[in-house]
Amino acid sequence: MLEIRNLHVEIDGKKILNGLDLTVKPGEVAAIMGPNGSGKSTLSYVIAGKEDYEITEGDILINGNSILEMEANERAAAGIFLAFQYPLEIPGVATMTFLKATMNAQAKARGEAELSPGDFIKAVRGAAAKLGINPDMLKRPLNVGFSGGEKKRMEILQMALLDPSYCILDETDSGLDIDALRIVAEGVNALRSKGRGMLVITHYQRLLDHIVPDVVHVMAKGRIVKSGGPEIALELEKNGYAEYTDQAA
Amino acid sequence: MSAVTRMRTPAEAALIERFAAEKATLPGAAEARAAAFARFETAGLPSKRVESYHYTDVRALMRTVAPDFAGKADGMRQPETDEPRISFFNGVLHSVSNLPPGVSCEALASALASGTARLGVAMGQASDAVVDLNTAFAREGVAIRVAAGITVPGILHISLTDAMAAAMPISSRPRVIVEVGAGASLCLMESITGSDGIAYQVNSVVELLVGDGAKVEHIRVNLAGDKALVLSTLAATLGAESELMSLNFTSGGEVSRHQSFITYAGENAKLRLNGVTMLNARQHCDNTLVVDHAVPHGESRELFRAAIDGEAQGVFQGKIIVRPHAQKTDGQMASNALLLSDDAAMSNKPELEIFADDVVCAHGATCGALDENQLFYLMARGLPRAEAEALLVEAFLDEALDAVSHEGLREALAAKVSVWLSSRKTAA
Repeated sequence: MLEIRNLHVEIDGKKILNGLDLTVKPGEVAAIMGPNGSGKSTLSYVIAGKEDYEITEGDILINGNSILEMEANERAAAGIFLAFQYPLEIPGVATMTFLKATMNAQAKARGEAELSPGDFIKAVRGAAAKLGINPDMLKRPLNVGFSGGEKKRMEILQMALLDPSYCILDETDSGLDIDALRIVAEGVNALRSKGRGMLVITHYQRLLDHIVPDVVHVMAKGRIVKSGGPEIALELEKNGYAEYTDQAA
Repeated sequence: MSAVTRMRTPAEAALIERFAAEKATLPGAAEARAAAFARFETAGLPSKRVESYHYTDVRALMRTVAPDFAGKADGMRQPETDEPRISFFNGVLHSVSNLPPGVSCEALASALASGTARLGVAMGQASDAVVDLNTAFAREGVAIRVAAGITVPGILHISLTDAMAAAMPISSRPRVIVEVGAGASLCLMESITGSDGIAYQVNSVVELLVGDGAKVEHIRVNLAGDKALVLSTLAATLGAESELMSLNFTSGGEVSRHQSFITYAGENAKLRLNGVTMLNARQHCDNTLVVDHAVPHGESRELFRAAIDGEAQGVFQGKIIVRPHAQKTDGQMASNALLLSDDAAMSNKPELEIFADDVVCAHGATCGALDENQLFYLMARGLPRAEAEALLVEAFLDEALDAVSHEGLREALAAKVSVWLSSRKTAA
């Protein structure tokens, strides 16, 4: 279980998260919706272990153990995966080299054996084919010159290969056209499983037509202000966020 | 104002005494030696008051002159290789092996004495104090000729200094003159290696005459020991339609200065000058280049990449000169440094001296740390910080390494980058 308890986060003295409570159970797909500036991306970075944030209060736990003292790579090895809103371009590092390095690093951290070169290539090719990723792309430097859709598919490919327990998808729909959105959503849906929790962060309902959540949380001013079923997303689509931003203020 | 006579340093005094004692026995090129030494005697060792040595004060760094190696080179093992190889042992010519047909090699002393080779042929209009010192004293070296039109297979490796067996500091001044005939093709590697902990001094000069239409790759590898002072010069002239790629690869030496003086002698020549520098601890490395577009239609590309850690200091001085009639010159120069610690430093000094009006010239210089966002991305995928850093540094340096066309050599150099990065990891 991924638990966030009373999380208070600041950056450069500015409060972003104000006592946020949230739980994602194994097998659950939880959506977080909220207006711009509500702290959604901060939440995703803080869970993944970005260093720029100061956590003044609260805790983040996986299966009861706090992960706050862990470096980002240790959190990854513990099963956290963040699909970035804006995946970084890494010039000079071939995608295959990167994938191999990450998979081996995680295997090593968990005390597991590295994949053999043959098994590695088979795993990558299989996962890439499911996401409609051209094998030529895997030879190119990671994300360099990739379109928005290609970058997001690459994130989902990494998610599939690294086999995390908790996936955080930060605005995965941003920058995608309808077809790309469908492919990415299908990729995510294929990874839904009993043991894996997902936190889908978005401010549009349209992604949730494709990735249907079990629960929807509304976030405003750094806190969860309402939780419920998928019907909340539809309400938001109709009425906007005004009600919640006023309420939170 | 009266001229100020500076005190001679012990090194300067020793060199003056030595030249007086040796000049009668130095092989050939008496005039060139006398002129070079006269310039040295007037100016002394170059100090930071000399603009081109501002960042590398040789006068302060070279307080004494180590003696030449006096022993015999017999103790050295014959290198076991099928590749063409010329080996020096502590600065003394030891062996020439596996030269392919069309490549000849003569000992410097006999080539100078007979007049088949001259000193300074590839210097163009450049003048340099360190080269002058080599010219004045050079005894050891070779004159190599590559016949027109032939393609030399593999790599011609010149191992300039192997100070593995030197138990005490020595100094060496090897001089190599390479004449590549028209239309010939050659890959030349010079390497400077040696043991750690010995303060040996190298002042090597390679002169390269690239014939019309010839293609030359020149790789200079500095893996000298951690107390070595390495002064190393490449002087090259480019014939018409010729191509030269020269890479300077450094991870060795305590203080290193690599100079490249390139002169375009014929039109439509192409030059690529690259550098890969990896420094740690208190190392100092200076890459200084002067690219002289003396004729029209020359193209030059310079890409110098440095990764600097510890308290090390990097220097890049790159000057592109475009002479008044050298129209249609196309020059682009970049020096990029990654500073991997708070105490690492880099001095970048790009210069363009353009006297022609129809040219394209650009330069860029950057210094910076690794991108924290890229590091976070890699770490969020499970790579420990040191591995994430290594991946980014490797990618950064690789770009300059890409110019090496010989695959085996490029991979061998990439492996040296990996070794350097993993030693960094262990040190951290």
